[in-house]
Amino acid sequence: MTVWLWLLAACGLAFLTKLSGYLVPRRLLGSPAVVRVSGCMTIGLLASLVTMNAVADGQALALDSRLLALGAAVVALLLRAPFLLVVVVGATAAALGRLVGLP
Amino acid sequence: MVNVRELVRTSPATRAGLSIAVATGAYGVSFGALGTASGLGVLEVCLLSLLLFSGGSQFAFIGVLAGGGSPASAAGAATLLGLRNGVYGMQVNTLLQPRGWRRLAAAQVTIDESTAIALGQTDRVEQGRGFWTAGIGVFVLWNLMTLLGALAGDALGDPRQWGLDGAAVAAFLGLLWPRLRGREPWAIATVCAVVTVLAIPLVPPGIPILVAAAVAALVGWWGRDRAAEEVAAR
Repeated sequence: MTVWLWLLAACGLAFLTKLSGYLVPRRLLGSPAVVRVSGCMTIGLLASLVTMNAVADGQALALDSRLLALGAAVVALLLRAPFLLVVVVGATAAALGRLVGLP
Repeated sequence: MVNVRELVRTSPATRAGLSIAVATGAYGVSFGALGTASGLGVLEVCLLSLLLFSGGSQFAFIGVLAGGGSPASAAGAATLLGLRNGVYGMQVNTLLQPRGWRRLAAAQVTIDESTAIALGQTDRVEQGRGFWTAGIGVFVLWNLMTLLGALAGDALGDPRQWGLDGAAVAAFLGLLWPRLRGREPWAIATVCAVVTVLAIPLVPPGIPILVAAAVAALVGWWGRDRAAEEVAAR
């Protein structure tokens, strides 16, 4: 029973967190300083997502086949491959790494 | 009725949204399987995917339970991990400004993938297409795969064997790449990557992204006087 209550509480809090971002007043969002901060945050968020997904294993750092995916994706992007191909190249590199026994 | 095939052919954001939806949605299987293994029932596991709908938070919730933690601390960990979705909501709102029921729907599907796809586009229409395709696409597939995983256990195998975690890395890099024009974006990306690596062992999962976002925001704030010149130079 308590599991159910906390489960529903977690779901409610998750939705309110998401919604809170949409409730920031519009007039705060148009100024040049906010546009610039927002642009910098976008780059920071994406760079952090790449890093987290490449090396994080819970609270530990893990070097594994995901780094092959990162390297292969860089090569694909340098060769101006379209987005979907970059994703497929990343998956293939990681899958091949695991196939030959890398973590 | 929108011609879906035509849209897929002509809209890069729709294609990007669909590909990330397939790669991420497939992970629902491992969540479903691990969820039932942590002691929750199939219904509870499926409700987490339907209502909580944020991969990291969901894995944290069942991870705490599986580790013997209390339901309260499971909810706490899930909420902490989901804080970044508030930042995402703010970002998406500046781009799409949804109103009424669309705002509620947008909030529910505001996650890493949908936000990243939207931010990866420059055109307003494409931002919307990318956000909704990725958001709804991941939502539908993630929930179907959760049910499948909860019912079938881990007989289906590890998605990592198929390189799907590598697909996620490549996808986020593919979204970041077009923004790395000039010295400052590279500097911000590098600093944020380093900050993330340093923060991973020190703070709970999901928080390093918030730390990196805060650092990037500070860089942006300090250099705000230069913003006008840069815009003029472009």
